[in-house]
Amino acid sequence: MSWLAICPLEDIPSLGARVVAGPNGDIAVFRTADDRVFALRDQCPHKGGPLSQGIVHGERVTCPLHNWVIDLQSGEATGADSGCTHAFPIRVTDGQVWLDLSGATGDAADDPAAAPVACREAG
Amino acid sequence: MDTANEKPRLVLIGNGMAGMRTVEELLKLKPDMYHITVFGAEPWGNYNRIMLSPVLASEKTVDEIMLNDDAWYAERGITLHKGRRIERIDRVNRRVIAEDGTEAPYDRLLLATGSDPVMIPVPGHELEGVVAFRDIHDVDAMLAASRAHQHAVVIGGGLLGLEAANGLMRQGMEVTVVHLMDHLMERQLDAEAAGMLRGSLEERGMRFRMAHQTETILGEDRVTGVRFTDGSEVEADLVVMAVGIRPNTALAESAGLHCERGVVVNDTMQTYDPSIYAVGECVQHRGATYGLVAPLWEQAKVCANHLAEYGIGRYEGSMTSTKLKVTGIDLFSAGDFTGDETTEDLVFKDAARGVYKRLVLKDNRIQGAVLYGDTLDGSWYFQLMRDATPVADIRENLLFGQAHIGDSGHGDEASRVAAMPDEAEICGCNGVCKGEIVQAISEHKLFTLEDVRAHTKASNSCGSCTGLVESVLATTLGGDYSDAPAKKPVCACTDHSHDEVRAAISRDGLKTMDAVFEALDWKTPNGCHVCRPALNYYLLAAWPKDYQDDAQSRFINERAHGNIQKDGTYSVVPRIWGGVTTPAELRAIAEVAERYQVPTVKFTGGQRIDLLGVKKVDLPAMWRDLGDAGFVSGHAYGKALRTVKTCVGSEWCRFGTQDSTGLGIQLERMTWGSWTPHKFKMAVSGCPRNCAEATIKDLGVVCVDSGYELHVGGNGGVKVRATDFLCKVETEAEVLEYAGAFMQFYREDARYLERTAPWIERVGLTRVKERLVDDADYRAALYARFLESQEVAQVDPWAERAAGHAAHEFIPITPVDAAPRQGVSA
Repeated sequence: MSWLAICPLEDIPSLGARVVAGPNGDIAVFRTADDRVFALRDQCPHKGGPLSQGIVHGERVTCPLHNWVIDLQSGEATGADSGCTHAFPIRVTDGQVWLDLSGATGDAADDPAAAPVACREAG
Repeated sequence: MDTANEKPRLVLIGNGMAGMRTVEELLKLKPDMYHITVFGAEPWGNYNRIMLSPVLASEKTVDEIMLNDDAWYAERGITLHKGRRIERIDRVNRRVIAEDGTEAPYDRLLLATGSDPVMIPVPGHELEGVVAFRDIHDVDAMLAASRAHQHAVVIGGGLLGLEAANGLMRQGMEVTVVHLMDHLMERQLDAEAAGMLRGSLEERGMRFRMAHQTETILGEDRVTGVRFTDGSEVEADLVVMAVGIRPNTALAESAGLHCERGVVVNDTMQTYDPSIYAVGECVQHRGATYGLVAPLWEQAKVCANHLAEYGIGRYEGSMTSTKLKVTGIDLFSAGDFTGDETTEDLVFKDAARGVYKRLVLKDNRIQGAVLYGDTLDGSWYFQLMRDATPVADIRENLLFGQAHIGDSGHGDEASRVAAMPDEAEICGCNGVCKGEIVQAISEHKLFTLEDVRAHTKASNSCGSCTGLVESVLATTLGGDYSDAPAKKPVCACTDHSHDEVRAAISRDGLKTMDAVFEALDWKTPNGCHVCRPALNYYLLAAWPKDYQDDAQSRFINERAHGNIQKDGTYSVVPRIWGGVTTPAELRAIAEVAERYQVPTVKFTGGQRIDLLGVKKVDLPAMWRDLGDAGFVSGHAYGKALRTVKTCVGSEWCRFGTQDSTGLGIQLERMTWGSWTPHKFKMAVSGCPRNCAEATIKDLGVVCVDSGYELHVGGNGGVKVRATDFLCKVETEAEVLEYAGAFMQFYREDARYLERTAPWIERVGLTRVKERLVDDADYRAALYARFLESQEVAQVDPWAERAAGHAAHEFIPITPVDAAPRQGVSA
């Protein structure tokens, strides 16, 4: 695995998100009310809306374009919708947020326990 | 460890609609809370009993009315005992015992034993060929009889009896309906409508014996006829008793639960024994029993809420409406239509067309409605009735329907929807067509607007097609569809309505979102995308100077101060006061557009300039440049004052009577920056030619020689609505006062995301006039509150962000290539 230092936790607003420019497109980094962080490809599985711009609630984010609600853990659409966006391993140590993009560059994630990656991007 | 054994056990007696609806609602709230066991006396799964009429009429099959199959129960870990009638409830040891000896212990018990058909105990009622109309078994017996026999008698001219008679006639039988009263459906219809109904049923070949009482059912083994108390007889091979239902209380009574006509429950659906709940047709609540589906839905919701231990829902009784499920006959009734000396009738009758409408009004509010032949407006009247909307202002057009109340764009929705082809688009935002919605309703057994939204996304964005979707539901389900309960919760996070939340915020002095969540027992830790923006607005409106606005509870448009577009870019609309600009301003906008390579520059419908396709990261710098040229944000992204459209007025126009441009600028200077429940637009026209289109705005001013006409509640959106005339004033100062007071009243009274047009239709123009026109003190107080909140509201969000505020919103985190790399072992 290859962990990259992203930013201090306090740089992400509570119940908000930041965008990280990744090698293959933007990645949205979310912070929940209880200070857990999640990272998803910044594209709604529906019509590619920027999930980073959505409203975060519980462990979910609502896409700003058409109100799909995406699970932050798995990247999967909830409710009656189906679809999935890529989830990246992410963690916080000593107030520093770390992101692993090896899955994004095509390497197999060798530490599935770090964060669940429930689906692969299509195509 | 077997966790299933540690969960509390919930046992449901009755695998019908009410009980299973409660279980479904419970699973939505707390899917893993209980170990659930269901006992059903019938050998089938859970089916939609109210659709038995269409099954009898061969319009649907039994398979089509099944709600949940065995796999559904299995997937959710629910133990289902079909065909096992519970014989005894042992309340001491908390267990139930079935006829065949099956036992199940419970921690919570839910009774949904429904009702039994009333069988009149006349001689012969036990003969072969005498049936009720209650379950699939009865329908099978009736269908079998229709194949072998010719003559049917239906005893009972109520809703159920007529549906049974219609079904049997559709199967080719000769049907005679026997009714004790001299008019049909006397609990739902007045004599006039009942007469018209009887006439059209007779035209179809149905025969009637009105004011006849059955004395004996004739026959040796199988029924051969019916004799009445007047001595007359009629031939019959099949007799259907459809004279009513009786709540099934036998089991509850034998368990010592308090029963009157039904199992008596309180507002939390609990029986005399608090660990035993009851819902549906078996219950009696505040003296009333119900045999329709809408109340059952509401009861199920409340009961599930308490079973999930949220403990905040209350069932306060239901107002019901009725439709007859007989194809080709349109009939609707709701409320109390008997009337007395304190009520008045509005009646419309067109015998040639077969149309009859009667509304019973009391204190200018609808108390009851009977519609025959044209029922398109039934749900609208029902809504007016439940909301207790004063109808004085619209009574001259009331009987002609909603299409005649200021809606110049679309006409009635129900008939349009019925006539639409499957490919017709219903929801423009999400591209959902009628066929998809109909298919989803049939396939997934959807009953409510919420269900359709979840499965199809229709009506899930701007919501302007909600009425159309409801019409599709109504036409697809027929009489099965009932409007959502009168009290609509804000969202799934709470059982409280918008009005209750607002009331609690002011009454209890709740000044933060967390305080609201705690005081009102929110079900989710931090709400959702529906309730948080609403709460943020309510808190802001209630405490303009104390409340700390929560950016993360605003939709992205308001958080990023631009409209998000389909590709994730934003649009920038600078404020141009009253639509008047200068060459220097235009030059500045042109330069900014070029500097930031804006792909599209467009004039909006409100006389402003829209710069489209801006990257989010460029927004602050672009705003700084616009700010340097004297521009502030146009708030085109917000639920806020948008624009004040004007014409050139007396300054240039040869017809202009007043300075409409100058007045428009004054209005915009006073009101910009104010947050409202939904977007708010104004216009000032210099003469009645109305070039600024002031009569389709939230507030429109039309200048006339002697002063200013004020109009409110217009909308040029999806559903066009012309304004209502509010009043006429003489000075510009009065226009400003009325405008501020009107906005403030709307801000304090309307629900979030409710524009002025539907708000005025809901609360009634009379109420707005009472506060604004008749009560000068109240108007002045509203105006003062408006100006007070404007003291802190008129801060340009663009200037703040150009100066660096909330930079994290716009600046991406340093690209990973430039970030320090570090190998960390997991």
